[in-house]
Amino acid sequence: MDKLVARIAAVAAAVMTLSLAPAAPAQTKQLTLCWAAWDPANALVELSKDFTAKTGIAMKFEFVPWTSFADRFLNELNSKGKLCDLLIGDSQWIGGSAENGHYLKLNDFFDKNGISMKDFMPATVLGYSEWPKNTPNYYALPAMGDAVGWTYRKDWFSRPAIRKEFKEKHKRDLAPPKTLDELKEIAQFFQGRVIDGKTVYGAYLYTERGSEGITMGVTNALYNYGFAYENPKKPYEMRGFVNSPDAVQGLEFYKALYDCCTAPGLTNAYMQEGLDAFKSGQVAMQMNWFAFFPGLYKDPNVGGEKIGFFANPAGPKGRFTQLGGQGISVVSYSNHRDEALQYIKWFAQPEAQKRWWALGGYSCHKAVLNDPGFAKSAPFAQDFLTSMGMVKDFWAEPSYAQLLLAMQKRVHDFVVAGKGTAKEALDALVADWEKVFKEDGKI
Amino acid sequence: MSETTVPLTIAEHAARATPDAVARQVRGLSDRAIAWLFISPTILLLLAINIFPLVWTVRLSFTNFRANRPNAKILGVGIDNYVSVLTDPDVWAAMQSTAHFLFWTILLQTALGFALAWLVDRRFKSHGFWTTVILVPMMLSPAVVGNFWTFLYQPQIGLWNYAVQFLTGIPAASFSMIGSVKLARWAIVVVDTWMWTPYVMLICLAGLRSIPGYIYEAAEVDRASPWRQFWTITVPMALPFIMLAVLFRGIENFKMFDMVNLLTNGGPGSTTEVASITLKREAFEKWRTGYSSAFAIILFVTVFGLANIYVKALNRVKSR
Repeated sequence: MDKLVARIAAVAAAVMTLSLAPAAPAQTKQLTLCWAAWDPANALVELSKDFTAKTGIAMKFEFVPWTSFADRFLNELNSKGKLCDLLIGDSQWIGGSAENGHYLKLNDFFDKNGISMKDFMPATVLGYSEWPKNTPNYYALPAMGDAVGWTYRKDWFSRPAIRKEFKEKHKRDLAPPKTLDELKEIAQFFQGRVIDGKTVYGAYLYTERGSEGITMGVTNALYNYGFAYENPKKPYEMRGFVNSPDAVQGLEFYKALYDCCTAPGLTNAYMQEGLDAFKSGQVAMQMNWFAFFPGLYKDPNVGGEKIGFFANPAGPKGRFTQLGGQGISVVSYSNHRDEALQYIKWFAQPEAQKRWWALGGYSCHKAVLNDPGFAKSAPFAQDFLTSMGMVKDFWAEPSYAQLLLAMQKRVHDFVVAGKGTAKEALDALVADWEKVFKEDGKI
Repeated sequence: MSETTVPLTIAEHAARATPDAVARQVRGLSDRAIAWLFISPTILLLLAINIFPLVWTVRLSFTNFRANRPNAKILGVGIDNYVSVLTDPDVWAAMQSTAHFLFWTILLQTALGFALAWLVDRRFKSHGFWTTVILVPMMLSPAVVGNFWTFLYQPQIGLWNYAVQFLTGIPAASFSMIGSVKLARWAIVVVDTWMWTPYVMLICLAGLRSIPGYIYEAAEVDRASPWRQFWTITVPMALPFIMLAVLFRGIENFKMFDMVNLLTNGGPGSTTEVASITLKREAFEKWRTGYSSAFAIILFVTVFGLANIYVKALNRVKSR
């Protein structure tokens, strides 16, 4: 009995000692960074460990799948939520977030801390940071450069029998396409072909209906055929630009490519479905964001020597590609603004940017991109540089969501559902957009 | 002399346990007041989560309010939102899709549900086991059902397409149930029917089991054929139950969202965009809060009105 009492006393003493002992220095400050759940987010988690080590500020991450990314975080901003201190939001959100006071304006902070937007690639500053566009009002630091590019099965392209057959048929070598017509020719060539006992398909295209997928895909054809959002001399004048004969041809091209050369069933497909189609050896070429290319290159089945990359091919009216990517902003409702700004300051440093690229993120900093070794630092680096030099972006107006959903509907109705003509689809789109801008008092 | 102890009732226990101060206050209340005291938390809760949002939605429907523009001035727009909704061709297209979905799902579920109930009611060997098997689909979550039917419908790997190929010889990869404009509407009808026919069956089975056996015995004595018994006894007596099942499924499917959203997301194009998906897009993607409030009120009045008419018809059938 005495022994038992002694043991209990010893345990109680130990518990008391532990509870009275001074606690280890805890990281009391913590920042929450919100972004999409995808490959580059993992790289950012890794990178942010350096920030924590340097400042003692712990980082918490809130990553949401792309399918609910906009819903989740726009709701958060609209309800003035305090969940996110830092938000890597889509480029199209900049107008609404700036005008509705969701993002902190960063000009004074940049000036005070010697952060210059001239150190970043101009297309990314315009796309991710400025509102109104082409004015020096910054609401984000360019964080993740991105654009639509293409991957192809280099191993299939290099098979002698396939090359021979292609040359006989098209009187040229089978190589990554330089024009959209060549891309279609190659896609048609591979469509339904049996390779290694499996039927494969020509190309993977974005067709998703719900969020932004088909718009982010079709614009890669539209821009190159001469589509423009508005009259460059008269803002918001869209007739004759959005629905110009060239734009109509561009839309017809995308539909033709969808009809002739995609795998069956991919009628509502975006990034993940593209990755699945490519990784499972279903398609010869895949349209997707550059952000995924490091992961694809590392893929044990289709990566390494089996994969090749190319920038969006030219169309009859030029060579452009759809801008993706995001800037990092400080949420104005955050209770940790100072710490969040500290993170921005740290992230803007060339050293952090170089490590960001090394880990798999796409830096927008000139110290990284203008480095003589950059183009050869990864097999897709040169194509990324080429693409970022020819990007165009969707509207970034506060009403971008309405504009985007109107385009999703009109384009999906024509391309996937085969409803009406391309001209009717674009005419209807102009009418939808005019209605939105009228409601906004812009026209 | 020994004391006899009478067992106390629960009410007496409660009365004894009530502190004197509280007991004094309650003693002054009437039965009606006590009744109100008990139901007031529920009423308050209902007001907070049902009535207030409804009233608030009605109010918003007369404004230009947008939830994503908290700093913008809110202006009254009269009945403009209602006019816009009712003259919007996209809304009418969505209502057509909803009507197609409603009509076919209810028709198929009622026919199949009643047929299954009739079969199960025969009480054949192991009918209990088969009843449980039939009920499995309705026990699944619509999100799960939507997801796995998306795979079943895949043209290259989906079992559905292979089953069709096996039965008809049409190549599996040559058609896409959820990607084809012609088939997508039927694809969602098939899934909903698969999932909810057991529910209709269950209600019909309750109806069939409630028919007293002596009525059939009397009919047998009168030498009524099984066919005649079915049409003059079984169907009329089970009709109120069938109508109840139709009412439940009608209300449910009028607001169908989750399964269609997962299966087709309203596509291809806008082929399967039912009213609830259009409403969600207007409210939470385009952020036209005033407009979508008007749309929601119109849908509510439609369902409420139709359900009321239907319930009156149901009562008439029951009173026959």
